[in-house]
Amino acid sequence: MAHGPKPGFTRWLYTTNHKDIGSMYLWFSFAMFLLGGCMALVIRAELFQPGLQIVQPDFFNQMTTMHGLIMVFGAVMPAFVGLANWMVPMMIGAPDMALPRMNNWSFWILPFAFAMLASTLFMEGGAPNFGWTFYAPLSTEYAPPSVTFFIFAIHIMGASSIMGAINIVATILNMRAPGMTLMKMPLFVWTWLITAYLLIAVMPVLAGVVTMMLMDIHFGTSFFSAAGGGDPVLFQHVFWFFGHPEVYIMILPAFGIVSAIIPTFARKPLFGYSSMVYATASIAFLSFIVWAHHMFTVGMPIAGELFFMYATMLIAVPTGVKVFNWVTTMFRGSMTFETPMLFSIAFVILFTLGGFSGLMLAIAPADFQYHDTYFVVAHFHYVLVPGAIFSITAGVYYWLPKWTGNMYNETMGKVHFWMAFVGLNVTFFPMHFVGLAGMPRRIPDYALQFADFNQIASVGAFLFGAAQIVFLFNVIRTVKGGKKATDEVWENPEGLEWSVPSPAPYHTFSTPPVVR
Amino acid sequence: MATESSYYVPEQSRLPIFATIGIFLTAFGAATWINGGSSYIFFAGALSMATVLWFWFAAVIKENMQGLNSDQLKRSYVWGMGWFIFSEVMFFAAFFGALYYIRTFSLPWLGGEGDRGSSNMLWEGFQNTWPLMVTPEQAVSGEAAKVVGPKGIIDPWHLPLLNTVLLLASSVTVHIAHVYLKKDKRQAFNLWLGATVALGIAFLFFQVEEYLEAYQQLGLTLESGIYGTTFFMLTGFHGAHVTLGTIMLLIMLLRSVIAHHFKPDDHFGFEAASWYWHFVDVVWVGLFIFVYVLGA
Repeated sequence: MAHGPKPGFTRWLYTTNHKDIGSMYLWFSFAMFLLGGCMALVIRAELFQPGLQIVQPDFFNQMTTMHGLIMVFGAVMPAFVGLANWMVPMMIGAPDMALPRMNNWSFWILPFAFAMLASTLFMEGGAPNFGWTFYAPLSTEYAPPSVTFFIFAIHIMGASSIMGAINIVATILNMRAPGMTLMKMPLFVWTWLITAYLLIAVMPVLAGVVTMMLMDIHFGTSFFSAAGGGDPVLFQHVFWFFGHPEVYIMILPAFGIVSAIIPTFARKPLFGYSSMVYATASIAFLSFIVWAHHMFTVGMPIAGELFFMYATMLIAVPTGVKVFNWVTTMFRGSMTFETPMLFSIAFVILFTLGGFSGLMLAIAPADFQYHDTYFVVAHFHYVLVPGAIFSITAGVYYWLPKWTGNMYNETMGKVHFWMAFVGLNVTFFPMHFVGLAGMPRRIPDYALQFADFNQIASVGAFLFGAAQIVFLFNVIRTVKGGKKATDEVWENPEGLEWSVPSPAPYHTFSTPPVVR
Repeated sequence: MATESSYYVPEQSRLPIFATIGIFLTAFGAATWINGGSSYIFFAGALSMATVLWFWFAAVIKENMQGLNSDQLKRSYVWGMGWFIFSEVMFFAAFFGALYYIRTFSLPWLGGEGDRGSSNMLWEGFQNTWPLMVTPEQAVSGEAAKVVGPKGIIDPWHLPLLNTVLLLASSVTVHIAHVYLKKDKRQAFNLWLGATVALGIAFLFFQVEEYLEAYQQLGLTLESGIYGTTFFMLTGFHGAHVTLGTIMLLIMLLRSVIAHHFKPDDHFGFEAASWYWHFVDVVWVGLFIFVYVLGA
């Protein structure tokens, strides 16, 4: 088993190696992050001033739609799958993923699916312009013809996600080294096990809802058309039954990453391991019964409004347990502030902030004021940018020395962090204010009184974008060379991945390690 | 949990990238076709997908026969199939959920009941009934309506009842086949598996009969309002799954008859196909109750 990677580019096409596939996932996700980021910058450039400056309203709508779709399905989800590919087998003492060929298939579908999605930009009638939530009838009766390509792109992305998730479940349940009992698994593995379950449960529902769209558009069915006895609101119910668990798919693995990083740099074991596991499972369960809080203003019976309001607020309890545990882990620790730790601490603080605005939105009567305003945009960007994106970034800095055998440049890492930290807060914090003042989301133009905050937000967005160039440069430098990393990399980190050499050998464990 | 002393990691494989090209061409071709373009890309994609799957399954079977598959890998296949079926359950859940929502909330509100009853002002004179024979548009526009309800619906106690009996029987026969396989009674296994495939084909035959009756005599089509929509989408996706399941079982039968595959203690290919079969059977029971009986 000593053989290394095959030479040539076909290594990447034919590989069955979890590390190769993990790297491809991560690079693909970064490429999509830059593409989706450029679209965000088009949005922010247009919104720098009131009035139409750079793009036409229809193209603006295409940008908001594609930005959302690319970031959710192309950047955040594949990045977490990439990290799972790299780390889960190493963390549980497995030689590879359970189903290595299917693993490669799951990855390679993505570039093709996104090529198909991106190609809609050049089609007649333009790309999808109905928002990433593609509400009917905007996405059915009034959609551009490219919607058909969007639907099939979603279908094959979904197939990729389901296969990826099945692979992760099979790996975790079946490939653990002797002695690696469930309650000894690192939290990243636990959170991914639960995430994979969510994926398998809701990606088929997404496939179902886009199929209903396809049938309504092309085959004369009446799912979302009241004229035939259907209901556009049905679309929103089915979509958000997928959509809300999807939100947690994008955050649970993040919990796992910071739960690995904070103990290392606080030099204390994680506080409340088992409560972390149970909290994650509770959040996953609750994610299935809160979907209609996205649609408080659509016209639901009062009983529905109340149920979804209280169920949503319940989520704060297990999430609070988690934040408490992270803070308590840091309490009286010998803390140092290397780049992964900076990103993780920012995660804890800013994700909590995003959680609080979520709690505000959960209150149904108050939501009538906030719904579809920039306050919502501020809320979910606070949970996704310093939540999902920061945790992925932290994870990359934390494990990059293990992957490459080289230390990244710490100064450049810190520059990246502070630029990103300042940039994101300058971008998204003012959005709370314009949102509360009534600025609606997804419009290319706005009333004059919102101009100041929008200008500030646009400046912050370009700063955040520039920070990612520093990140890219740092990663490439580390891959190419730099100070050699030790096997442990950090001071006494917890986990099997630190027991193997840096860089980790192509096949990590040829015989299972023994876990005490 | 792993107890093996060494792990099997497969060599590089060309299958995934070809499968990717296949699935991409199928999806891209389907979209092109549906949007009014040529159908060639779709058929090229479907053909390459089928070819890749053929080689992929052949490779898996060959590896197993060569004894390359550890117990651990075999368990991974078991987990994989189990979770795949769970994902299929959730796909059907979306459509059953839609049916439930339409009947319990949308239609009563359209008809003027309850909190949201004001939406009935848009469709004056619309009555909530199930099966929905008069669509809201018909209630308002009469003859000029484009979306017209069906004239009649399928009687659950004729063909659907027969199909229920056929499919339930097939679940029993496939189980009996499994029992004989475990006892190494090859002849009986082939016979009972063959009977299962025959029952599956009979089911599909009567399903086609039923669709012909719906389209030609009852005016019940995909386009006849929400009743036709939910009826054909639910039964149609189920029928597609029965077709796939029948093909799977037929291949298992051919593998047994022609190639003498499967051992009493090693036959997960067959077992996976039979799980799938039980799954489509359970979905049918749901359909029979919620679409046919409670829908009539």
